[in-house]
Amino acid sequence: MDREKARRRVGHESIETRHLRERGELFQALKSLDRRSFMKVSAAAFGAAAAQGLLPPHSFQPVSVAHAASPTGTPDTPKFTFAYISDSHLYDRNLNDRFVNQLMRAVDDINAMDPQPDFVLYGGDLAQLGKPVELELGAQILKNIKAPRRMMVGEHDWYFDMGEKWRELFGEPRYSFDHKGVHFVVLNSVIEKDFWTERKMTALERMMTVAGLDNGIQSRFTVGDEQREWLKKDLEKVGKDVPLIVFSHSPLYKLYKAWNFWTDDAEQVQAILGKYKDVTVIHGHTHQLLTNRIGNISFHGMLSTAWPWPYAPEGMPKLTIQMGRPDPFNPHDGIGDGSVQVHADGLVDKIYNLWNRNPVTVTRQYLASNGAKDKPAAPLLASY
Amino acid sequence: MFASKASLTSLLLLALGTAALANCGGGAGGKSAEAPSATTGTAAESAPGAGMEVLLCDGQTKTVVPPGTSGTAIAGDLMTQWLRKNPNSSWEAEERERHTLEPSADNDELVGRVNGQTYGSISHQDVALWKTETERVALAGSSVFHDAGALGSTDGVSCDMCHPHAANTHPETYPKFQPQLGRVALLRDMINWCIEHPVRGKAFDADDPKLRALEAYILAQRKGKTLNYGKH
Repeated sequence: MDREKARRRVGHESIETRHLRERGELFQALKSLDRRSFMKVSAAAFGAAAAQGLLPPHSFQPVSVAHAASPTGTPDTPKFTFAYISDSHLYDRNLNDRFVNQLMRAVDDINAMDPQPDFVLYGGDLAQLGKPVELELGAQILKNIKAPRRMMVGEHDWYFDMGEKWRELFGEPRYSFDHKGVHFVVLNSVIEKDFWTERKMTALERMMTVAGLDNGIQSRFTVGDEQREWLKKDLEKVGKDVPLIVFSHSPLYKLYKAWNFWTDDAEQVQAILGKYKDVTVIHGHTHQLLTNRIGNISFHGMLSTAWPWPYAPEGMPKLTIQMGRPDPFNPHDGIGDGSVQVHADGLVDKIYNLWNRNPVTVTRQYLASNGAKDKPAAPLLASY
Repeated sequence: MFASKASLTSLLLLALGTAALANCGGGAGGKSAEAPSATTGTAAESAPGAGMEVLLCDGQTKTVVPPGTSGTAIAGDLMTQWLRKNPNSSWEAEERERHTLEPSADNDELVGRVNGQTYGSISHQDVALWKTETERVALAGSSVFHDAGALGSTDGVSCDMCHPHAANTHPETYPKFQPQLGRVALLRDMINWCIEHPVRGKAFDADDPKLRALEAYILAQRKGKTLNYGKH
C-alpha cells in the first residue's frame, strides 16, 4: 500500500495526460448541468477569458459577450471579418494523411464561424511539392468552405510546373478587388531568379530545392519589376485615404534572408504602398505569430495548418510577441487558422486561432501605439 | 601484337601505380568513394599500332587511346568516365553549398607542438585532416537530416521541415527530464522520437552511422552555445 502511494507520488503525469484529464472533467461537469447553469458556467468562463484580454476563438463564441467585456469596456464591433487558412503543405493523401486532416480541421473551423466571414483567404503553399495530385486534393478540400474563397500562391505551389496547374485550378495569382470600402490586393511574391537552368535541374529537383527552407542554392523571393508596375497601375484608381489590405505569401519586408523570410524588393513595394493612409499586409510562409510595422504599414503573419517554423535567429521585429513554444509531442500545437476583423477606420485586429492554445489577438491599438497599448500576453516558455 | 598490348598496359599501370593507388586508398569510408586524382602517364608516347588500353587505378575504368595521345587527355577521359559512374563524388561540397555548415574548431595554434606519442609533432596536415574528417561526419548528418528517404520516412517528412539549419533542436539542453516521456532523454532519444512520430520511420540503433551523423550535425550547428543540461 505504501509502495503504491510512493509510486503515485513520483508517477509523472505528462502535460498531455493532464490536459486530457482536465478536459474530460470539464465535459463531465458540463454534462451534469442543466441549460440555465450551463449559461452561467459559460459566461463565467468567457468573463475569465476576457479579463485576460483574450477574445474567444470563433469555434465556440458568443461574440457579443466577449465584446461587451472587451478590455476597453466599449462595444467594438468590426465592420466586417474575413478568415484565413494557410500553408497546408499537402502531399498525396496516401503518403501523408496528417496534413490532409489538419487542413480539413481548418475548413471545419471556418465553417463553424458564426456569423460567417465575408470571405476566406487561402494564404499559399497548399501543396508541398507543387504536384497536380497535391493541388487537386487541396482544391477538393477547399471546395467545402461555405464562404467565398480567395486564393494566393506560395512557392511550394509554383516551382514544379511554374504555376501551370495552380493557374488552371485557381486563375491568375495576382489580382485586386474592393470589398466594403477596402481595396484588397493579392500578390505573387515568390518569384525567384532562375537558378535551375544553369544547374540542369529537373522540374522536381527545382521544386525540392525551393521546398527546402534552408536550401541556399535557390534565389530570394521578389515581387518583380513587372508586378510592381502592375501594382502601381492598379493603385492609381484608388484614393489615398482608402484603406489597403495586401496579401503576399512572403513577408513584404526583410527579416531573415537564409530562410527566405524575406522579399528582395521589399523596399520598392513598401514605397508604393507607403503613399496610402492605412495599409495592412497579411502574409504566409513564416508559420508563426509575427507582427511588424514599418511607417504606416502593418504586417501580420498567418499560422500554418501543417507545422510551426522556429523563430529566425536574428532580425526579429520589435513588435512581435512570440507564440508559446510549440510542444512537439502534440502535432496540433503551434498551428491553426484565424481571422481578421476590419474596422470602420480601415485598421484591423488580427486573430490567431491556435488550435491547442488560447487564441491571440493582435489589435490595431497595439500597432497604432507602436506597442505601448494593448500588448498581447507574452508566452510562458520562449523559444530557445 | 596482342601480347605487346597486354604488356604495355601492365607497364602503364606500373608507371601510374604508386601515386594513383595512394590516392584511391585514402579517404574511403565516407558516403561515397573519394574522387581519384586524375593520373597522367608518359607511357603513351611510343605505342605502336592502333590503340592502347589505359586502366585507372580503380582497376575498372579504362579507355583505349591512339598512340601519341597526351597524358592530360587520357586522364581527362578517365576522370569523365569515373565521375559518370560516381555521381555523388562531390557530395560534401554540394551539401555544404546547399545547407551550409558551422565550421569545426580551428586547431592551427597546435601546429609544430609535440604532445607525446599519440600525436607526435602536430603538422598542418594533421590539423587539416582532423577538420576534414570531423566536418565530413557532420555533413553526412546534414544530408540525412534533409532527406526523408535517408531517414526512412513513410510520410514525406524530414527533420529540416521543422528545424531549418537544425534550429530549435537545442542539443545543449540534454540530457533533461522530458515531461512528455516521463523520463530523462538524451539528444539521441529525441532524434529517435522525431523519427518515429512526425517522420513515421523506424528508430535508429544507438550506434547506427546515420544516428551518429545526425547527432554530429545537430551539435555542429549549435556551435558556441553553452552546455546547460536539464534546461527547459
